[in-house]
Order: sequence, then structure tokens, then C-alpha cells
Amino acid sequence: MAIGNYTDSRLVSRYIDGDETALSILINRHSSRIYSFIFSKVYNRDLTEDIFQDTFVKVIRTLKRGKYNEEGKFLPWVMRIAHNLVIDHFRKENRMPKYEDNNELSIFSILSDNAMSKESSLIQEQIYSDVRMLVEQLPADQHEVLTMRVYKEMSFKDISEQTGVSINTALGRMRYALINLRKLVDKHQLQLSTL
Amino acid sequence: MAKVYTKVSQPNPKGLKPKQDTIDFLLNYSKSLDIKRVGNYEIEINKN
Repeated sequence: MAIGNYTDSRLVSRYIDGDETALSILINRHSSRIYSFIFSKVYNRDLTEDIFQDTFVKVIRTLKRGKYNEEGKFLPWVMRIAHNLVIDHFRKENRMPKYEDNNELSIFSILSDNAMSKESSLIQEQIYSDVRMLVEQLPADQHEVLTMRVYKEMSFKDISEQTGVSINTALGRMRYALINLRKLVDKHQLQLSTL
Repeated sequence: MAKVYTKVSQPNPKGLKPKQDTIDFLLNYSKSLDIKRVGNYEIEINKN
């Protein structure tokens, strides 16, 4: 099979093993989608160029350091990096995206673009996956209460009856579960928000 | 008078692409970057 037809996962492996061509294929394969996604958030070509570049610098450094986690797929992972860098940009600027009267913006103010919502759903999927990963790291008693409360939408009374602890204990475990989740979010430097 | 909105033909936003310069920079950056591990430390070496 020609290298151009390799899956992302196989290309990533080849790149990690030192094949620079694999990176070139990955960038060319996904550049348009990632670039358009960034542009849809910042509405500025120069800034899009910068964030696109920073995104792949991060990708390259992570792959070369052997820190890439193959659990997630390549594209959602890169989109997530781009998304985080866009958020960082707005945080630094201390503002949300502002509308400017230029031709580039008019594209998006007039047309709705389904591709953008695909990008958003990729990021949303990645966020759900991150949250699930964090929840799995909680101590068993906190994990149990949080799962019952959030995923099964049980009342604390029902949780208390099912787990055989008092309502106050269940509430306490939920509170610690949330505190620990916040710590884990900080530890893993995750940003669980979309623009 | 009511505003009339017309769908103007615009370039497809999905067709936006980074400049070739940006891609060339990334490929060169990748080729020049080497990361060595020494004990608990990682050293980044830029060959350029």
C-alpha cells in the first residue's frame, strides 16, 4: 500500500519511528479542516496561521517526546490542541471573538457550515472521553456516588439506600469527587469547555 | 422597507488552507528537532 493511503495511526507510528514523510502526509491530509476550524473561531487569517503553526509545533514535540496517547484518534487530538490554543488566545486577549467588518467574516455570518459543527462534535467527544478518564481515576466510593448521581441521575436518598451510607456521607463523597476532579483537570492541564 | 438577504457566492470555508511557508516551517522544524532523554530530563536539540 502506498504511504499516502496509510491510516493516521500508522502514519503516526512511522513518524515516531523517524519517517518525516509521514508528518508531511498527516499535515496535508488534515490541514484544511484544522485551519478552517481555527479560522471559524478567530476570523483572522494571520492569527489562524499562527495558531495552526503552534498547534503542529505542539503535535511534533508531543510525538517526538513519545507522549502521544494512542487511545484517542489523531484528528480529534489535534483539533483539541487547536481548540485549547484558541481558548488560550482569547484568555490572553481577555475578550471573546469580536466581529469585524471584513470580507472574511461575511462568509460565516451568511452561511451556516455543517463542517464546523462536525469539528465541535469532535471536540465534544474528546471532552467526554477526558471526563470519563478522570472519573475512572477517582477513589471507588467517590466514583460510585458520582456515577449514580451524574450518569444515572439518582437522588442522594436513593444513593444512600443503595450504597448503605447516610445521605450526608453520600453528599460528602460527591463533594470530594468534584474537588478531586478539579484537581485532576489541573494536573492533566485539561480545558473542558468549548467556545 | 424590509431588508432583502441574498445568498452571495462565497469561497467555501472548508477550502481554507495554511500558507505553504507555514507547512515548510513545520516540516523543517520537525526535521531539525531532536529530543534526548537523560535520566529524568529531556533535552531538546535544534539542529539548525
